[in-house]
Amino acid sequence: MAFASVERLKTAAEKNPLVVKEAKEKGKKIVGLYCLYSPAEIALAAGAAPMVLCGTRNDSIATAEETLPRNLCPLIKSSYGFAVQGTCPYFSASDIIVADTTCDGKKKMFEYMSEIKPLHLLYLPHGPHLPEARVFWAAEMRRLVERLEKEFGVSIGEDDLAKAIALANRERAALKGLMDLSRQKPAPLSGMTMLELLFKSGFFADKEEIIDMLEEIVAEVSAAPQNGASEGPRVLLTGVPVGMGSHKVVKLIEDAGARVVAFENCTGYKKTLPVATDKPPLEALAERYLATPCSIMSPNTARFDLLDEMIRDFSADAVVDLTWQACHTYNVEAGKVRRFVQDKGLPYLQIETDYSEADTEQLKVRIEAFLEMMH
Amino acid sequence: MIVAGVDVGSTGAKAVVLDAATGGILGLAEAPTGFSPPKAGEEVLEAALAKAGFARGDVASVVGTGYGRVSLPFAARRVTEITCHARGARHLTPEARCVLDIGGQDSKLIALHADGSVKDFVMNDKCAAGTGRFIQNMAAVLGLDLDEFGAAAARGQPVSLSSMCAVFAETEIIGLTAQGARVDDLAAGILASVARRLKTLTGRVPLVPVLVFTGGLARNPDMTALIAQGLGVELHAPPEAPFAGALGAALIAAETAT
Repeated sequence: MAFASVERLKTAAEKNPLVVKEAKEKGKKIVGLYCLYSPAEIALAAGAAPMVLCGTRNDSIATAEETLPRNLCPLIKSSYGFAVQGTCPYFSASDIIVADTTCDGKKKMFEYMSEIKPLHLLYLPHGPHLPEARVFWAAEMRRLVERLEKEFGVSIGEDDLAKAIALANRERAALKGLMDLSRQKPAPLSGMTMLELLFKSGFFADKEEIIDMLEEIVAEVSAAPQNGASEGPRVLLTGVPVGMGSHKVVKLIEDAGARVVAFENCTGYKKTLPVATDKPPLEALAERYLATPCSIMSPNTARFDLLDEMIRDFSADAVVDLTWQACHTYNVEAGKVRRFVQDKGLPYLQIETDYSEADTEQLKVRIEAFLEMMH
Repeated sequence: MIVAGVDVGSTGAKAVVLDAATGGILGLAEAPTGFSPPKAGEEVLEAALAKAGFARGDVASVVGTGYGRVSLPFAARRVTEITCHARGARHLTPEARCVLDIGGQDSKLIALHADGSVKDFVMNDKCAAGTGRFIQNMAAVLGLDLDEFGAAAARGQPVSLSSMCAVFAETEIIGLTAQGARVDDLAAGILASVARRLKTLTGRVPLVPVLVFTGGLARNPDMTALIAQGLGVELHAPPEAPFAGALGAALIAAETAT
C-alpha cells in the first residue's frame, strides 16, 4: 500500500544535499557524525546542524582499501572511502567531524580521516556499569562543548543544551512512533520501506522538518485500514547498523517471504532511548549515550534486555543477527545472542557478510532454509 | 502417481523419480551440471524417467532444489537443499538426527528434531576449504581422479597440512611434493585437513548420532571412512546418499501432489 506521507519523506530526502549546501552558504555550521555515541544535542546547542555521514555503500570501499586493510569491516572502509573520494555531500559540508573510540578499527581509521577534516575524537569508556565511566564520559561531553565553542565562536549554556535535548527527544519519539507501527499484525510497512525511512531521516538538517514528516507518516499509516494480507514470519533484525546500500540481507529476508518488523540496531531502535530532562544536561547526556547497548561494551547486558523487550513487543517469530565481516565485537557476541534467542525458543540465524553481492546465492540458501525450518 | 525431485548443484545435477504412494525410488540419474543448469536438470529428469519407464506426462509434480533450482522451468516448487537433504537423509536412514552434506560449493551440517524436521543448520562461509570443490582441486593437483584419490588416501599416512585456503594449500602441496612427500600421504593429509575444517562447524551444530553423510563424496567408501575417522564419529552413507537432495525434493513433491 502506498502512503502519501511516506513518498513525501522520500522526495524531500532527495533535496537534502542541496538544502545542506544552501544552509551552509547562509553561515550554518555543520557537524558530521558517524556513530550513535556522538551526542547530536551538543551540535544543536552550538547552533549547528548535526548530520549523519555516509558509510553504507560498497562503491567507496575500493578507494578505502588503498589505505586501509582489506580485512576490515565494510562500514569503516565505506565511511573512509566516501571521505577520501569526496562523494558524501554531508561530509564535504561538515565543518568538523565528531567521532568516538568505539571499536579499534574505527578509532585507528579516524586518525587517517583527521588528515582530511578537523575531527574531534571522543574517548568512549567501555564499561558502562562503572561509576567512573559515567564521570569520564561526562567530562568528554564537556570537552566536546568546549571544542565546538572554540571552533564556532559560540558559547553553549545549560539552557541551550536543555533545548537541544528536548528537540532531540522529540525526534527520538517520532522515530520510535514510526518503528512501533510494525508492532501491528500484519505490519503495515515492509522492512525495506522502514529501513529506507530510517536511513533517509538521518540526512535532514532541519530537525523540525523531519519530526513533522515522521509524525505525519505515523498518523496516516495508523489511520489506514488494515489490509489483512499475510506477512510471513516476523523477523527481528539485530547486530550491526544497516542502511541503504548495505540492505541486502533485509531484502533477501523479505524476498524469501518473511517480513522484517523490528530493527534492534543503532540505525533502528537503539536510537530511541531518550535523554533525561530532570538532571544537569551534560550528566544526562553522558548517562544516556553510555547506555547505548553496543557490542563494544563489556559486559553488554543491556542488549539482551532490549532484545527481550523487542521480541515480545514486536511479536517476533525469529531473530536474524547480522554481523559485518571483521566486526569482532558483534561477531564474538553472536554466540551469546544465539544462546539467548534459542533459549527463548525462537529460531536464530547469524549472517556474517559485507556490502558486496559476492555471497548473495549462498545467503539466499541460508535465509530460505531458515524460513523453511519454521514451517 | 509418480513425482520427481531434481537437484541441480554447483557441480552435479541429480534426479529421483518416486512412487508417491509408497515412497519407493523408481529411477535415479545424475550428470555434471556443466554450463547450463536448466539443461542439466532437464537431462537428468529425462534419464531418471527413462530408467523408471515413465514419460514426462506421467509426472504429477516436480520439486527443484540446489543452486540451479531457480532456473528449472518444470519445477512446481523450489525448496532449499538444506531442507531437501534433511528430508532425503531421514528417508534413507529413519533414525537420522544429523546430516553432513559435502557439496560442491559448501558443506552443511544439519541437526534434525526427533520428528525429522530441521532443527538448526550451519554452512561453511565463503572459503572453499572443506567443500567438495576443494577436494576435487587438490586431487587434480596430485593428478588423480576422485576414486584414485580416495584409494590413495586410504593407503597413506596423513601429512600435516596447515593451509585451508585453496590457493595456499596448492602451494603447500607442491612444496611438500618437491621435498619428496608421497602422493598417498598427501591425499590422506588433505582429507584429514578437510575433516578438521568440518569439525569447526560442530561448535554450533553438534554431531549427534545417527549421522548421515550425503553429497557426491558419500559414494566413496574410502573417503567416507577417512572423514568419519577425522571427525571421530560414525557416518552412515547409504547407497543413495549422493541423491539425498533430489530424493528429499521428490518426497516434498509427493506431499504437495497428494
